[in-house]
Amino acid sequence: MIKLGAVYVLAGLMFAGFAAFSALDRGNRKRFGNAAFWALVALSFLAGDRLGDLGNGVLVLGLAGLAGLGLLGRSQPPTTSPQERAGLSREFGNKLFVPALILPVVVATGVLILKPIQLSGVPLMDAKQATLISLALAVVVALAVALILLRQPLAGPLQEGRRLADTVGWAALLPQFLAALGAVFAMAGVGKEIGALVTTYLPVDTRLAAVAVYCIGMAAFTMLMGNAFAAFPVLTGGVAIPILVGHFGGNPAVIASIGMLSGFCGTLMTPLAANFNLVPPALLEIPDRYAVIKTQIPTALLMLIVNTVLMYVLAFR
Amino acid sequence: MLILLGVAVIVIGFAARLNPLLVVVLAAMTSGWFAGLSPLQVIAAFGKAFNDNRFVSAAYLVLPLVGVLERAGLRERAAAIITGLRGVSVGRLLVSYMVFRQATTAVGLMPIAGQAQTIRPIVAPMAEAAAEARDGVPTLKTRYAIRAMAAATDNVSVFFSEDIFVAMGSVLLMVGFLSSSKIVLDPLHLSVWAIPTALAAFAIHSTRLMLFDRRLRRRAGS
Repeated sequence: MIKLGAVYVLAGLMFAGFAAFSALDRGNRKRFGNAAFWALVALSFLAGDRLGDLGNGVLVLGLAGLAGLGLLGRSQPPTTSPQERAGLSREFGNKLFVPALILPVVVATGVLILKPIQLSGVPLMDAKQATLISLALAVVVALAVALILLRQPLAGPLQEGRRLADTVGWAALLPQFLAALGAVFAMAGVGKEIGALVTTYLPVDTRLAAVAVYCIGMAAFTMLMGNAFAAFPVLTGGVAIPILVGHFGGNPAVIASIGMLSGFCGTLMTPLAANFNLVPPALLEIPDRYAVIKTQIPTALLMLIVNTVLMYVLAFR
Repeated sequence: MLILLGVAVIVIGFAARLNPLLVVVLAAMTSGWFAGLSPLQVIAAFGKAFNDNRFVSAAYLVLPLVGVLERAGLRERAAAIITGLRGVSVGRLLVSYMVFRQATTAVGLMPIAGQAQTIRPIVAPMAEAAAEARDGVPTLKTRYAIRAMAAATDNVSVFFSEDIFVAMGSVLLMVGFLSSSKIVLDPLHLSVWAIPTALAAFAIHSTRLMLFDRRLRRRAGS
């Protein structure tokens, strides 16, 4: 059975490669900062399970320290110039899309076909992690095809990967940091505390007010916690089930489904959902860290109104 | 009440644009402190959670592939295809992408596209090329706006159609939570009620995209 561990080894080796090439990169004044940062990430993937909780905590402090003290610099790994790329794109033409399409095809094959396969009773891959395993598999296949079909140098994957990783910089680790923060918040009882405030102080005595409190509460709470999954149990247990279902007799399927989607409106508006909102601007080289959030706010607010209205209309027929 | 100060640290730290990695660690320390944990306990808890969530960063495995394809001219090729089309615009391109992304996500194929593997190397260059073909070379500021809209379109499409797929994590979470409250539902019932929102998201966001075209033209004209 292919497990997540194999994917982590692959990721660890990739980040170790980024670290090694960073250390050798004399063009980057802060090369050792970059090398140390990616080396710590590599260590986490390769040996995280053997470091112990406190060891991992110290590793995290190291990452935060390197980033917070501004020790990372943007590198300029050797790559092709814009003119060369224009020439190559004419030479290769639509062949360039072959590896780009292999990726989704292999991912889809993995998720739809390979995941259910069992060999003498043992599943081919760990079902819970099938998406990530399929993605890793797809990257390996697509890279092999790209290197041969497009005659790319063997160091290309690591040098080009490092180029993009340095473009994103420390922000690359922010989603994982926030996921860990969510766990610490849960341990400290932050969610329960906010939930208690919402349910105690907000008006829920008419049906419309209760629907609005639940939908807007899901969005606001999600903005504070960074994901709707943390908000859902608190507000559904605190407002939706006792009041909307229990007192007003609403349809629980409609209420839960649209409640979660109201939470997603909040996800579109919060910097705490970093992988959706803060990593893309870095990846797209937009200087304003909050450019994607600002673009999403109008859609998110309109959708929040739509969800509130839909729940009010559909849940109480 | 005081454990909520961790949330306040996040809000203030992000608003002041301090380094977010540091802000996150400080927020964890603050809430942990007021919940009665020692700093070492918080560091250990944070370290454990960080280790448990490595799958989040494992998705960067696509970066080497994206980088190699860029090196070989993928972004330029994606742009060239758009330049050769008639009647193309940023709005129309992104509406088409939205249809593709919502439809595939709704049948469980969310992981086939994404910000790193699709938006950066293919969709954003196409969108910038579409703007250029229609209104002339865009300014840098306009390019940033177009890229942000491309990224936003991916997020909006995914968020509001993923729950139509019954095996989605969020659908299963809802089923699990409701059953613990003695409300037993089939995942299919939850999925069905995600459809009206998905349609509304398409209507609203695609209207915004068509209006975005008009704004781009005004900007180019002025």
